[in-house]
Formats: sequence, C-alpha cells, structure tokens
Amino acid sequence: MTELGNIILETRDLTKHYGGVHALEGADFTLRKGEHVAIMGDNGAGKSTFVRQITGVEQKTRGDIIFDGKPVNFTGPLDAREAGIEAVFQTLALADHLDVPDNLFLGREKTKWNWLGPFRRLDYKSMREDTLEALQKTGVKIPNIRNTIQNMSGGQRQCVAIARTATFHSKLTIMDEPTAALGVQETAQVENIIRTLKEQGEPLILISHNMRQVFDLMDRVVVFRRGRICANLDIRNEDITGEDVVAYITGAKTQPEYEDAA
Amino acid sequence: MSKTDHGVGGLTYDKSKKGWPNEVNIFAALILIILIFEALGQFLPYMNDQSFLFDTNGRFDTIFNEARLKIIILQVAIIGIISLGVTQVIISGGIDLSSGPLVGAAAMIVMSFAQTELVNGNPNPKAVFGDWAFDLPVIVPVIVGLCFGAFIGAINGSLIAFTRIPPFIATLGMFLICRGIAQWWTKGQPVSFPTESFAALGSGMMPVVWFALLAVLFHLVLRYTLYGKHTYAIGSNEDAARMSGINVKRHKVLVYMIASMLAAFAAIILSSKNLTAQTGMGQFYELFAIAMAVIGGVSLTGGRGSIIGTVLGAMVFGVIQSGFTYIKLDAFYQLMAMGAIIISAVVLDQWRQQRGSSRN
Ligand SMILES: Nc1ncnc2c1ncn2[C@@H]1O[C@H](COP(=O)(O)OP(=O)(O)OP(=O)(O)O)[C@@H](O)[C@H]1O
Ligand SMILES: [Mg+2]
Repeated sequence: MTELGNIILETRDLTKHYGGVHALEGADFTLRKGEHVAIMGDNGAGKSTFVRQITGVEQKTRGDIIFDGKPVNFTGPLDAREAGIEAVFQTLALADHLDVPDNLFLGREKTKWNWLGPFRRLDYKSMREDTLEALQKTGVKIPNIRNTIQNMSGGQRQCVAIARTATFHSKLTIMDEPTAALGVQETAQVENIIRTLKEQGEPLILISHNMRQVFDLMDRVVVFRRGRICANLDIRNEDITGEDVVAYITGAKTQPEYEDAA
Repeated sequence: MSKTDHGVGGLTYDKSKKGWPNEVNIFAALILIILIFEALGQFLPYMNDQSFLFDTNGRFDTIFNEARLKIIILQVAIIGIISLGVTQVIISGGIDLSSGPLVGAAAMIVMSFAQTELVNGNPNPKAVFGDWAFDLPVIVPVIVGLCFGAFIGAINGSLIAFTRIPPFIATLGMFLICRGIAQWWTKGQPVSFPTESFAALGSGMMPVVWFALLAVLFHLVLRYTLYGKHTYAIGSNEDAARMSGINVKRHKVLVYMIASMLAAFAAIILSSKNLTAQTGMGQFYELFAIAMAVIGGVSLTGGRGSIIGTVLGAMVFGVIQSGFTYIKLDAFYQLMAMGAIIISAVVLDQWRQQRGSSRN
C-alpha cells in the first residue's frame, strides 16, 4: 500500500463533542495520495461529523489534522477550500433562490473591477460559460442553467453540488452520500466522475451506504461506529466480503487493533 | 409551435413558457389600483365626478393631474429611500424595525449641525450648540448624519451577526433606543432654521431625485455585484453561504450598516425639506418601508426580491395613500386599510412561494 506514495490527509485523535454528545471520538485516519477511501457506518455513526471537522465547517474539540504534510487549523470552510479540500456536503449547501452558475461559484465568484472591494462586479458571462463546460464534462442534465435551484429535482440539485466539486481543481475531494437521491443513470454518472478522479490520481473520501458502489470504486473502507473508527479494511487486496463490512458496521465484529475503542 | 431550446444534457425547455418576472405583476396591480380609484371617483356620489389621475379643471398643460402625481411621488420618495435599505435587509433574511426612530434621532442630530446663526436678523432661537456650530458647510451635517446611521447600523448588524439575538428583537431594542436619543438630544425641543445650502438638499422635487438616484445605484449593486449576490445567498440559505466560504457575519454587519445609512440619509432629506427636526419624526416609517418592500415582492423569508419591485411597491403604496385621501377616507380607516394591505401582501407572497418561479 505504501507504493501509493505519501500521505495527503492524516487525523490524530480527532474528536468532536456536541455538549454531552460524543459524536466523534479519537479518530486516527490516514489517506494516501491518489487513494479512494469509503467511510461507512450506521446513521448517526459520526461520518458527517468527521467531514465537518476536516472541512473547517466546525471547530474540533480535540486532535490534530495534518493536510498535505502540514498541520492545519482551519477556522472556516474558506480556509479548507483554499488549502485544496473540496466537499459535497450531505445537506448540499445550495442556495435555493439562485441559479446554477451562482451556486457553482458561490463563495468564489469570478469578478471584475476588483478595486471596488465588496462591491466589485460579477463576471456573469464567464461564470455561465464555465458552468456549461463543467456540466457538459460531468454529464449532468439540467434544462436551463438560469433557473433557480429550488424548482429542480433532488437529483439535479445533487448533480449541481457534485459538479461544483468537480469543477475546481483540488487536492482532496470529499463526498458525503452523493448518490443518495439519484436515479440509476445519474448514479452511474457520479460514479464516472469518481472514476475520472481516480484516473487523475486525485484522492477522495466517499461516504456511502451503498455496498456495491463501495466495492466497485473504492480501495479501502473505514468503518465508523458510535463515533469511533472500528475497522480499516483493505478491500482491494484482502479477502473481504460485504457481509464482513456489515458485521463491522453493526458491531458483530471489531478489528483487534480497535478493540479498546469499541 | 413554441420555440424550444436545448439545455445541458439534451433536455429541452420552452423559453416562451418562462414565467414573467414578478415585477410585471406588481406593475399590473399598480395600474389596477389607479383604475379602481378612478372608477370610485366616477361612481361615489359625493365625489362630483372628480378624476383621480386626470386634470379635469384645465389647471395644467398636461392631461394628468400634476399636483396629485407630484404629491404622490414626494410622499413616497423619503420613505422609499428607507425601503431601499430595508429591501436589502429583508433579502438577506433579516428585518429592520429601527429605521423610523432612526430617522427621528438622525434628523435631530443632523439639524443641530445645520443651523444658521441669524434668522431674519435675529439670533437663532432654536440654537442647540454654541457659536461654533452655526453656518457649517453643508457637508458637515451630511457626514455627521451618515456616520450616525453607520454607527447604529453597525450595532444592529453586530448584535444580529455575533450574538444569536433575532433581528426582530435587536432592531426593536434599537427602535426604543433611537426614540430615546431623539428626545434626549434637545430634551424634546424641536431643532430648526437650517442654512440655505442644507435646505436646498430636500427642497422642491429633490427628494424624488435622490430616491431615483439611490434606487438606480442599489439596483445595480444588488444585481451586478458580489455584495448583492452574497446578500441573496445568505437570505436564501445561510448555512450554504457559510459552507461556501462567504463571511456571513461581516456581510450582515455591512447590510445593516447600509440600511441604516440610507435611513439616516432619508432623515437628512426630510429635515431639509421640513426645515425643522422634531423628536417624533419618522413615525411608522419603519413599517411603511417594510410594507413597500413586501408589496413590491420582497419575500420576508429572505432570498427573493428586487429594487425594481420595491420601487413599484413604493408607487403602489403612494397611490393607495393618495387614493384614500382622494376618496376622503378618514385617517384611522386609512391606517386600518394599510394594515390589511400589508397582511395581504405577505399572504400573497407565501402563495407565490409555494408555486415557485424562475428568475428573469
Ligand atoms: N450540531 C449537533 N449538535 C448535537 N448533536 C449533533 C450535531 N450534529 C450531529 N450530532 C449528533 O452526532 C452524531 C453523529 O452525527 P453524524 O451526522 O455525523 O452522523 P452520520 O454518520 O453522518 O449519519 P448519517 O448516515 O445518517 O448521515 C449523531 O448522534 C447526531 O445526532
Ligand atoms: Mg451523515
């Protein structure tokens, strides 16, 4: 496994408490460059919480995050994004009353007349062109990109959110249940996007409940249970079946090295 | 056959079936309301066939009743300036109840820096400060007023952005504080007799000119700038805006500052127009400004609305107010009717929300 190269992301003892709720407890996690890792676990296992700590959306209670060789302490999502982490959040993070280009470029709009500070002018034309290009590349179907997001189907909205991460070149992509609302074709498209990222050697963390998808696409599975990591499974090289993974998820099995955690 | 076009991924859509912008509906409502008043003028027995809109007495060169039109626009202009700011606050998902009292407080403060030394050769009987504050250049009261507005807005915005106080409560508190400031400033005494150059700011049709200029400016700002886009984004989905890296807190402070500066500017124009400032000035203005925005299609749930809509909403508001006077409706009935209209506008907005619409 080490031939995949050095490490892009590492967390040590990453912990998040919401008041008395220990949503994430002592997570030690590593991701190598070019590696695609799935995070699996039951509802409420702490998967999204883990993502929110890495992406600077929330402030961790304890622990260290080392990204691209440097310890990082993101104070907000913009920090993480500028460092090169792109994420599709489970809640999508779209603005309903804005159209597709607006959403794609939300928070990093292309602008002109930058001397005007906060009142600088938006470069609508260039953003529209880039949007069309991005959607074409990802094979997303949207009738009119100038329609507001609110009237689009769940799948189309999801596609916009995914196109957003795929548009901007990043060092790490994180997708939190990206295909949960998608039809067969759209799911296939998203899986194609993931394959493309793999070919380009871009590392990815995928949160998914879909066993087939995980076994088709991912190199490794990390299982979360009640806020703790309870298994780290090399599904490419070891003889591991879906049933094994389910056993880890439900708590029927725990890997010896994580015994004390469970 | 209607013209179809190809969207991304081979889906077709029908351009001609795209819904028209909401502003068209408001404009239609404006015309309808004018026609209703015109009809009432013809049919109400005590109206003696007067016309609401047209010049029936041959007093003017044009066919319209210019005097009434002027009064409508003038009445609307000053509250309209406030509503431009309120529009931005509401689009960002907030509300500002402090603008009316801010007008009162700002007018008092501004006027005391705009006083002239001699009134008809006698010393100014309403002097607030000593000699140094007489006959200052007009820029001084204007800057003082705008700074005061920015200060109040910064407090509003900071309270809302950095504590979890709902905008309604924060600005309601500021409502009382500003009324207090207005009373405290001169212990309730009116402040009068400004310099000529200050009086020129709001004389004649100047309020309308300011309203028009500011409306165009903020239309461009909301539609074509980063500030505008982020205002809509925050009102539409604050979490999404934050996750996308927008500095939501700083932006909110900016929005409330701009809104309060516009209210302070309205106070400058109003006190200049009236040549005096009194503690009670701006009563109900905060509600009327909100009403203009809401009638103009600005959604109280945030994320939707436009300056064009608000300007049309202001026109509707002015026409209704003037129409009530024209049909000789008593002032207390007018207030009741206004209340009913505001409620209807909000109900209509919710109904529209459920149907959804596309952006123009
Ligand atoms: N802001 C919060 N305040 C309090 N508790 C929270 C908060 N966010 C999450 N939790 C709790 O933390 C736990 C982990 O939540 P998380 O969203 O990470 O689960 P998940 O593994 O992503 O589940 P799912 O598969 O349903 O998306 C849950 O018990 C949840 O109730
Ligand atoms: Mg989750």
